[in-house]
Amino acid sequence: MSAVITASGLSKRYKSSLALDNVSFQIAPGRIVGLIGPNGAGKTTALKAILGLTDFTGSLNVLGFDPRKQRDKLMGEVCFIADVAVLPRWIRVREVVDFVANVHSRFDRKKCEAFLARTKLQPGQRVRQMSKGMIVQLHLALVMAIDAKLLILDEPTLGLDILYRKQFYQNLLEDYFDENKTIIVTTHQVEEVEHILTDLMFIRDGKIVLDADMDAVGERFIEVMVNSDNAAAARTLKPLDERQVFGKSIFLFDGVERAQLEALGEVRRPSVSDLFVATMKGTYA
Amino acid sequence: MKTFYWLVKREFWEHRGGFFWAPVITGGVSLLLTLMSLVTGEILGRRNNLFHFDGGDSIGPNGHLDVSMLGNVGGVLDCVLFGVIALMLGIMAIVVFFYCLGSLYNDRRDRSILFWKSLPISDGQTVLSKVASATVVAPVIACIVGVVTGLLLMLMVACAASLHGLNLWQLLLHVHPLQVIASVVALIPLYVIWALPTAGWLMLCSAWARSMPFLWALLLPPASLLMVWWFGLLGLFKVGAGWFWGNIVVRLLMSLIPGGWLRDVPALGHGLHADTPDALLDFLGVAQNYAALASPDLWIGAIAGVAMIAAAIWFRRWRDDS
Repeated sequence: MSAVITASGLSKRYKSSLALDNVSFQIAPGRIVGLIGPNGAGKTTALKAILGLTDFTGSLNVLGFDPRKQRDKLMGEVCFIADVAVLPRWIRVREVVDFVANVHSRFDRKKCEAFLARTKLQPGQRVRQMSKGMIVQLHLALVMAIDAKLLILDEPTLGLDILYRKQFYQNLLEDYFDENKTIIVTTHQVEEVEHILTDLMFIRDGKIVLDADMDAVGERFIEVMVNSDNAAAARTLKPLDERQVFGKSIFLFDGVERAQLEALGEVRRPSVSDLFVATMKGTYA
Repeated sequence: MKTFYWLVKREFWEHRGGFFWAPVITGGVSLLLTLMSLVTGEILGRRNNLFHFDGGDSIGPNGHLDVSMLGNVGGVLDCVLFGVIALMLGIMAIVVFFYCLGSLYNDRRDRSILFWKSLPISDGQTVLSKVASATVVAPVIACIVGVVTGLLLMLMVACAASLHGLNLWQLLLHVHPLQVIASVVALIPLYVIWALPTAGWLMLCSAWARSMPFLWALLLPPASLLMVWWFGLLGLFKVGAGWFWGNIVVRLLMSLIPGGWLRDVPALGHGLHADTPDALLDFLGVAQNYAALASPDLWIGAIAGVAMIAAAIWFRRWRDDS
């Protein structure tokens, strides 16, 4: 199957800084891609470019459309939740369902009402009377009822309590995602999305510094817990990162033979957040 | 088309207060005030025995007025109807002014634009639905509420008059509500053309300003007037400040007021000479008003308005600050 998104030589310059610096990548259908980077790394700019919300240089193809020229057609196939609470505050549940049902051809009203029935939302309730978590529930119910090929989530769970956050991703996985859909998600709560991602992209200073599927990440990056007597030997293999826990050293290696590392100590798969911290070292310095 | 209908409906949902409740409350208040003054008149009149009302020769045996009197009374009541509609349209002009200023700015400020932009709707459709809401939907609602209020008002006055021996139904038969409504409805297309420069200017500011569209919209035209006047002082610029005021500043800021086009109707340019209600009604007649179509002023303004709306669509599409 052809790629959902193909970007090549994507650049975007704001007045003082380069938000995207000659970025190229491809995203295949049926993937859940985590786009992860520190604040100001260019995540949101990349998503805005994909959604046609901002101008850029380079070439970008999303589902066969150029987001700069065919934005309204593209949005028939793409759904988007920008960080929480962008639903207009004056609108009622009933009104927003009516509206989306009548302007979006891929919207399934029954599905949406079924999702809403599982929440405490009332048809006459206005967005301004809802808590942040309820607003996200409403938005998610709308988006999940749209049979879109690509779903883009930009910090969807920012500021939500853990119940809503867990439920959010659970709903997405159980009731929405399938092999015909693609999800791109950016978030700072890496631990929460780690287990659902199929692909990982790290972005730093407008550049993609890591772009791999999770299996490849597991093969390439290895964490080893090393006793102090082996620490010096481990350091000669040029670890990405080293930290101390209970008198032992934990080293993170990139592309070193697994057999070689197993000789040094206990080998395990690094968590995405440890990998992230190691990769982004010195970003704010 | 369906999308456009729902976009307009969305505007109505959001601005139900300004578009619907403002005229309805105004109508209710004016009915209440009329009722209060009628009751006051009755009570004070009775207490002090002020009513020695005999219509002289013009009232016949059964409380019927003679023909010429009747014509005049009918005309007066038509004028009342017009007056109420004019009041509603005045309120509407204020509402629409602020509506236009906020229409492409408020959702950028609260970032709900990101939700609207996540739907398969072109920015052109969005902006045009707002133009239609401002120039068509709001005036139509104001007219309907105005007509209903005006008719109720007449009914109240006629009831009061019938208490004093005037024949109620005969009186009401001489009112021409349908004619009034027809001419008001017929004037709406003219209103749209006339209002375009102000609607366009306000929406352009609303789409363009990063903050405080109100100040930009309100200050730029007078500031440029100042520049024109100053250049005029220096003799660099042939255009007079008076011309600039009348044709640029007023057109950019005040064209939402209905009837502004009457200044361009040559026959009326010398002021109003209406001795009878019927003459006044002629003045408000459709043909008179549409004579304004002959003035280039109206059309140049409309073209400028369309250009500013096009610019607003462009800014709506590419302004990237949310």
